[in-house]
Amino acid sequence: MNLTLKIWRQKGPKDKGSMVDYKVSEISEHMSFLEMMDVLNEQLINQGEEPVAFDHDCREGICGSCSMFINGEAHGPDRGVTTCQLHMRMFKDGDTITIEPFRAKAFPVIKDLVVDRSSFDRVQHAGGYISVNTSGNTQDANAIPISKHAADEAMDAATCIGCGACVASCKNASAMLFVGAKVSQYALLPQGRIEAVDRVKNMVAQMDLEGFGNCTNTGACEVECPKGISLENIARMNREYLTANIKD
Amino acid sequence: MSGFFKSSIGRKYAMALSAFFLMIFLLQHFAINILSVFSADAFNEASHFMGTFWIVQYIFQPILIFGVVYHFVMGFILEAKNRSARVKKYAKNNGGANSSWMSRNMIYSGLAILAFLVLHFIDFWIPEINTKYIQGDMSGLLADGEGYRYYEELTHKFVSPLRVGAYVIAFVFLSLHLLHGFSSAFQSAGISSMRKKKLQTFGKAYAIVLPLGFIIIALYHHFNH
Repeated sequence: MNLTLKIWRQKGPKDKGSMVDYKVSEISEHMSFLEMMDVLNEQLINQGEEPVAFDHDCREGICGSCSMFINGEAHGPDRGVTTCQLHMRMFKDGDTITIEPFRAKAFPVIKDLVVDRSSFDRVQHAGGYISVNTSGNTQDANAIPISKHAADEAMDAATCIGCGACVASCKNASAMLFVGAKVSQYALLPQGRIEAVDRVKNMVAQMDLEGFGNCTNTGACEVECPKGISLENIARMNREYLTANIKD
Repeated sequence: MSGFFKSSIGRKYAMALSAFFLMIFLLQHFAINILSVFSADAFNEASHFMGTFWIVQYIFQPILIFGVVYHFVMGFILEAKNRSARVKKYAKNNGGANSSWMSRNMIYSGLAILAFLVLHFIDFWIPEINTKYIQGDMSGLLADGEGYRYYEELTHKFVSPLRVGAYVIAFVFLSLHLLHGFSSAFQSAGISSMRKKKLQTFGKAYAIVLPLGFIIIALYHHFNH
């Protein structure tokens, strides 16, 4: 198929940037979106132009690196997939595809489609862990009884890959689905309860500090999340936060 | 709890709490207004009770005013903060693919409701405060002393088709606001209405039936008087 691509080009963090049109031809419908971008970049290199910078790593939908806003949606029009798992069969011959970086004050653009998502790392560092002495005498996790329901919900929350699609999709650039998932995956398990009060307070404080917007429950994040993280995690984080503030 | 209401989640709780209060108030307001369709006397009695009972006047009314002002002011503050969280807008943003129009435009439905409240206060609340607390007439009687004035005042206001039209439009916006606001308030308060189908269905019914009821009351008095 032949396509017109409207791509955000920005030389560096301080560059103003603009949308630039490109033509690509003979794109197979079996290609992934990133493979289509590879074809474009080879074309640009052969023409002596600067290739389009974009984040990618595993290309298996699990690392959360690829972060494009395609035709007005994070990771494009397909559901439950990252950009690397989005296939060109989702588009038609002759389509014009708009490709932009994830936009949020807390995700500044580094170059072209690459954004700095280290704000997520700082939120995670603020409490998204459990303090376990791993010197060899740690209790076997399987010896701690956990209900199937709690284990399943914790696992569902833990599937968040921190790609940032929730922030990119939210009209308020809110990170509450990400933080809600990270709070929930520990809050649901006995190992995580010990530090639950400090965890939720510190992670929410860091989230606010990073400049993310406030959740208004549009549900866009849940729809666009490639891992299907549920809004239930935001409700749970809100409960955890209230309880933590009452206890403290 | 220090700093709770300065945090993003604390403000969500505050917005939800003020929304719960306003939704309960709306139900009570409707319950009294609908009486006017069935019985002028019942409406007069209920209005006089609400207008003179000290708990309503000196406790609930100030709380209500605080709730309304807080909900609007905090709504605008959060909107401004949320807009600043994305400095550069998308060239193409397909919001309709992942969220409802109502959820994305709460600020505009809220502004329409605010404009209506200004009209409503000019129509009813300010004259009521003037009569009772400035002129000192707590009797609730008509100028000639023949019965209560409330029903007469109500029907008089709905003579103008322009005013009735404004009320109908405002209640359509109220419905749109509530269609997202009801379940959103529960979600913000940590009660996931998204998974509780019964609550969601009740919320939709509330968001449609209540404003529709207010519209019916306005149209009933317009065409019957």
